Amino acid sequence: MDRADPIAGRPTRGIRAAARLWWVFFRVGAMNELQYRVNFFLELFQSLVALATGLIALALVFQHTSSLAGWSKPELLAVMGVHVMMGGIIQTLVQPNMDRLAREVQQGTLDYALTKPRDSQLVISVREVRIWQTVNVLMGLIVLGWAVTQLQRGIGVVQALAFAGALVLGAVMIYCFWLVISTGAFWIVRMEEISELFQGVYQAGRWPVTVYPAGLRASLTFLVPVAFAVTVPAQALTHRLTERTLLVAFVFAAALFAFTRWFWRVGLRHYSGASA
Amino acid sequence: MSAVVERSGRPAAPGLPDRPRVGRVRSMVDLYLTEMRTAIAVQFQYRVANYFYMIGMVAEPVIYLVVWSSVARSQGGAVGGYTPGEFAAYYIVWTLVRNINIVFTPYGWEWRIQKGQLSGQLLRPIHPIHYDLGYFAGMKFVVLVLWLPIAAILSLAFHPTLQPSGLGIGVFFVALWGAYLIRSLNMWVLGMITFWTTRVSAIFELYMALELIFSGRLVPLTLLPGWAQGVANFLPFQWTFGFPINALVGKLSTTQLLEGLGMQALWIGIGATIIHFVWRAGIRRFSSVGN
Repeated sequence: MDRADPIAGRPTRGIRAAARLWWVFFRVGAMNELQYRVNFFLELFQSLVALATGLIALALVFQHTSSLAGWSKPELLAVMGVHVMMGGIIQTLVQPNMDRLAREVQQGTLDYALTKPRDSQLVISVREVRIWQTVNVLMGLIVLGWAVTQLQRGIGVVQALAFAGALVLGAVMIYCFWLVISTGAFWIVRMEEISELFQGVYQAGRWPVTVYPAGLRASLTFLVPVAFAVTVPAQALTHRLTERTLLVAFVFAAALFAFTRWFWRVGLRHYSGASA
Repeated sequence: MSAVVERSGRPAAPGLPDRPRVGRVRSMVDLYLTEMRTAIAVQFQYRVANYFYMIGMVAEPVIYLVVWSSVARSQGGAVGGYTPGEFAAYYIVWTLVRNINIVFTPYGWEWRIQKGQLSGQLLRPIHPIHYDLGYFAGMKFVVLVLWLPIAAILSLAFHPTLQPSGLGIGVFFVALWGAYLIRSLNMWVLGMITFWTTRVSAIFELYMALELIFSGRLVPLTLLPGWAQGVANFLPFQWTFGFPINALVGKLSTTQLLEGLGMQALWIGIGATIIHFVWRAGIRRFSSVGN
């Protein structure tokens, strides 16, 4: 049963209400960032530098070999495109919220978010947006488009759909992973270095996880779901993705989401606030 | 004692007698030791945070190591003169050299100027660079203790082949500090750009990208194409990464080892000279912000 919003009389639960809340925060965040237009060019410049170094690393590898763990150069370019794009999505939507959460737990100001008459996990997940980071999403798309035109086998509707599905599942898993870690802040308090740690580990996704030794590969799949976020979507584009992998991705994403929700509530019960 | 009295180029501060050189050296040593002790105490407090930071940092060389070992194996056992075992040695030593290379960055400069921290430092009688050099040098002792278990785990996982000569080991320990000094001085020069513009991040990113490629941080320099190796010879970067690493991994002849130390000395001299002049110009431009 929907409780009605006392002011507008609109429902406060359900997907549509969540989407509307996200849209409100998105607009405020975008308006805020649009004031600082120079930042766009700085972001663009930084993205170009990062992209150039990535391409140079790729070129160096292929100066000495013709394939890496069975992946050709255009295929690895596709992996890189997905990596840059997913990185952009994370930095636009996920990381700023998680950084703010960690900061607020430490400072005790999280109470302001918790007293809002909406689902607390939803509120803390949508408050921040860094629209200039979408530069990386565009850049990733360009690299991806470039890679796809060079692939031996083109992509059909099935591959495109599988790619989109895998990408969404991957993004959900990264969000869940980060929220679970950030929820740890309720016990550990100081979690600022999580971003550093994640950025470091995420770099591993620039290469297909099949390159890594078994132990690392397993960690990059189920511990930090970089494999699902980058390698699996790239597999969809390079005709490597089996239905089974996609199914595993779906089940794992659903399980991880349920666990995250449960763990967030446990953490909240543990949280006593610091400002009061 | 009056025989050792030497006047510095600068006039002594009013009201203070110009101290004899021995006393000055001693007080400088004292300053460094105090800064180092402070750093050790502060950094050891935050060892968990430091550990997170170090683990995030270890991901980078492990990725390079895995990729290049895989290339080496596919090319019949070695690429650019490195076997998988030597790549392992290279990138494990890399983790130590990288940590030694952490110095006061231009971002710190930006912060220091924006917050008005620099004004306070200017009031002290000793050039502010000495405080930075001392503090970050002290940090290295904490880092070293934290690094040992990481190195042990990496060695168990990747089986490095390390064949250093006696001289190589000796040169390595000197070269670590040479690298530390070169990078500190370079970052100071870069940081001083904040005297002229408060947005250094773009220049800094570009610098870091060049350093990544031409220092041996991304790959051992022998893997670069010939022309790029030529470019690297005119830049200071390889003396802060590739050289100390290769000294320990055992890739350098006696001549190369000694020449390397000479090159480090040269770049330290260049860095110190640039700082001397840019600092004087910059400090005249500097108008304090903050309180």
